[in-house]
Amino acid sequence: MFLFLGLCGHKMKHSVAGILGTLGMGVTMTLAYITAFTYFFSGNPEFITAEGTRLQSVLFNWEWLAFTDKLSIHLGFLLDPISALLLVVITTISFMVHLYSNGYMRDHHGVWETGFQRFYAFLSLFSFSMLGLVVATNIFQMYIFWELVGASSYLLIGFYYTKPSAVSASKKAFIVTRFADLGFLIGILILSYYTGTFDFANFTSTGVEGMTNAYQISSATAQSVLKTFAENPVPVFMGGSVLTWALVLIFMGGMGKSAMMPLHIWLPDAMEGPTPVSALIHAATMVVAGVYLVARLFPLYLMEETALDIITVVGALTAFYAAMVACCQVDIKRVLAFSTISQIAFMMVSLGVARPEFHHAVGYMASMFHLFTHAMFKALLFLCAGALIHAIGSNDYTAMHGLRKHMPITHITFLVGCLAIAGIIPFAGFFSKDEILTAVFGHSTFWYIWMSAVAGLTAFYMFRLYYLIFWWKEHKVPEGHHAPHDQPWTMTLPLVILALISCVAGFVPMGNLVTWNGQPMFESVNFFTNISELNWSVAAVSLAVAIVAIVIATVMYRKENPLPAKMKNLFPRLWTWCFHRFYWDELYQFITHKIIFGLVSKPIAWFDRHIIDGSMDGMAWVTNRVSYAIRGLQSGSIQFYVWIYLVGALLLGGITAICLI
Amino acid sequence: MELTILWYLIPSLIMFCCGVYGFITRKNMIAILISLELMINAVDINFVVFNRFLFPGELEGMFFTLFAIALAAAETALAIAIIINIFRIAQKVDVDDVTKMKY
Repeated sequence: MFLFLGLCGHKMKHSVAGILGTLGMGVTMTLAYITAFTYFFSGNPEFITAEGTRLQSVLFNWEWLAFTDKLSIHLGFLLDPISALLLVVITTISFMVHLYSNGYMRDHHGVWETGFQRFYAFLSLFSFSMLGLVVATNIFQMYIFWELVGASSYLLIGFYYTKPSAVSASKKAFIVTRFADLGFLIGILILSYYTGTFDFANFTSTGVEGMTNAYQISSATAQSVLKTFAENPVPVFMGGSVLTWALVLIFMGGMGKSAMMPLHIWLPDAMEGPTPVSALIHAATMVVAGVYLVARLFPLYLMEETALDIITVVGALTAFYAAMVACCQVDIKRVLAFSTISQIAFMMVSLGVARPEFHHAVGYMASMFHLFTHAMFKALLFLCAGALIHAIGSNDYTAMHGLRKHMPITHITFLVGCLAIAGIIPFAGFFSKDEILTAVFGHSTFWYIWMSAVAGLTAFYMFRLYYLIFWWKEHKVPEGHHAPHDQPWTMTLPLVILALISCVAGFVPMGNLVTWNGQPMFESVNFFTNISELNWSVAAVSLAVAIVAIVIATVMYRKENPLPAKMKNLFPRLWTWCFHRFYWDELYQFITHKIIFGLVSKPIAWFDRHIIDGSMDGMAWVTNRVSYAIRGLQSGSIQFYVWIYLVGALLLGGITAICLI
Repeated sequence: MELTILWYLIPSLIMFCCGVYGFITRKNMIAILISLELMINAVDINFVVFNRFLFPGELEGMFFTLFAIALAAAETALAIAIIINIFRIAQKVDVDDVTKMKY
């Protein structure tokens, strides 16, 4: 679809390109639903054992690059609980975004934006690469598609390439993630060098008897990988085992993609892209690739608890940091971006604290669950934000205020999204976040309190955003402008669908569908399993925290009042730091400009310019001078040449004659 | 007085030396061309003479001379054409004045 739209797009009418892209995605979505449904519910022995353990199933694996007998790279299709789940998430969100963009990418008079077809081509490219990433059978295939999503993200962030800020944002995103991918690549190489394989199946699972292409997650295989590492000549490197290093480096790739601190700086800037892109790539799908990567190699991570602890700490710090910053931003998309960072950090923490000893590694399940629900409600929030921006023409929510009467559908759906992310009971976010907190609680009380506080902050900043946009006194609409209103059906329909999903997604009995080793957590399931299985002590606390936070937000931001300003004056330094995102960008600026450019690049540039260029220039100069000096010899005067020739010939003749005599 | 080979070679040598002298000293391109022709004719005479005296039964030298004369004619025509063109552009035919293409 990308190739087709990319090559023929400019000849097509705008509407045709949009409809084609959307239809293509719709077909993909249907196929993905069928695949996931077949995987989860068909009972096919390739997918599930008689005891109910879900298997990893390699549907096909095609040798793509065969370097030697031992080293070859395959492209294939791996189906297991998490890839089936991700297939559903990606295609759903992608389809919604395709549909939504039909309305978003034109102005109020129905005029299409320039490059509309290009936009659809890139969206299709992204969807393709993301699907390729989740179904990868080996880590190298994953890496290839990992880079492809990075590239398409770059293209889409820089979609408005005439805007300098968009161009620099796309470059920033590309460079920062590339830097992280270096770590990922080194990790892959270390891992594959010692184990001699790229396949996930060989890292984490063993074959099932009587099946050629089905695998069961087993810690025995991971143990043998661990043993391979322990036996190699350098088992310990700089204080950590080589396996730990490999896993941490791979996690570094995930940190870059999933915008974990300190590599998070690209994500807020990535909001320069069109809003549907932010919803699809920078909220729902691509940024969770890091979580997916860790989940994919989870049995290996289990072998090295150091790596898991690092993940926990990084995730927890990022979650808190991003939530703090989100409280102080004025750009609606930036708030959502930091909220995304914070929520992804939740998933990371959840993976980091998952241990099979505790409740079937509930953290793993919770992380995937939260990935699923977060994708739905965050895409919803972003698409709402897009609708608002489209109506108002500004990202700054001080320009919005009091929109609830003008845009009722957007208002309701945004409220649903806020409730879901805040974790209020029947909405999706409550269940997944509760599972995460349960998992964290089982691991360490300190991190539990910490993460609960972050959850409270989440509720606070989301409702701050909500009140600032939809309440307060509305701005006067200037003469000649029409009042903001709800958008055409192509934009509202996805909002409504996603809001409905956000309402009910929490009831999906994820514990039976997605667990780290494929074994179900519950005996039997029905619609209310998630409620009956709740750990009420944790749930009550998180609910209470969320409600308190919402109440505080209501008091502070329900109407225009002096409280926020007072708060700001109470902690002026904290506020300034949050507002400036704790000066991370400035820190990077300092490191790159002053230290790297100033101390490293400048001397190298001087050496290059003066020593290397200088020697070349010197040779050229010498040649030039010598030529200039002897150019008189080539006078062009034939008579002179003949004269010389004659004299020479006579001399030679004379010498010869003398010699002969 | 017998007509030995020297009777032919000495005039030819004089002709050749005249040609060389003219070629080196004259500045007028047509004069240079004439000197060139003189040298060629001196060489032609040598060909014929050596053929006649050293290999009386053979005709290679003769034919070679005929070729050389034809070539010289063609070459002269070409040179004259070039000189006329130069004259049209520069209004003079002195080698020292035609230095536009130098360096």
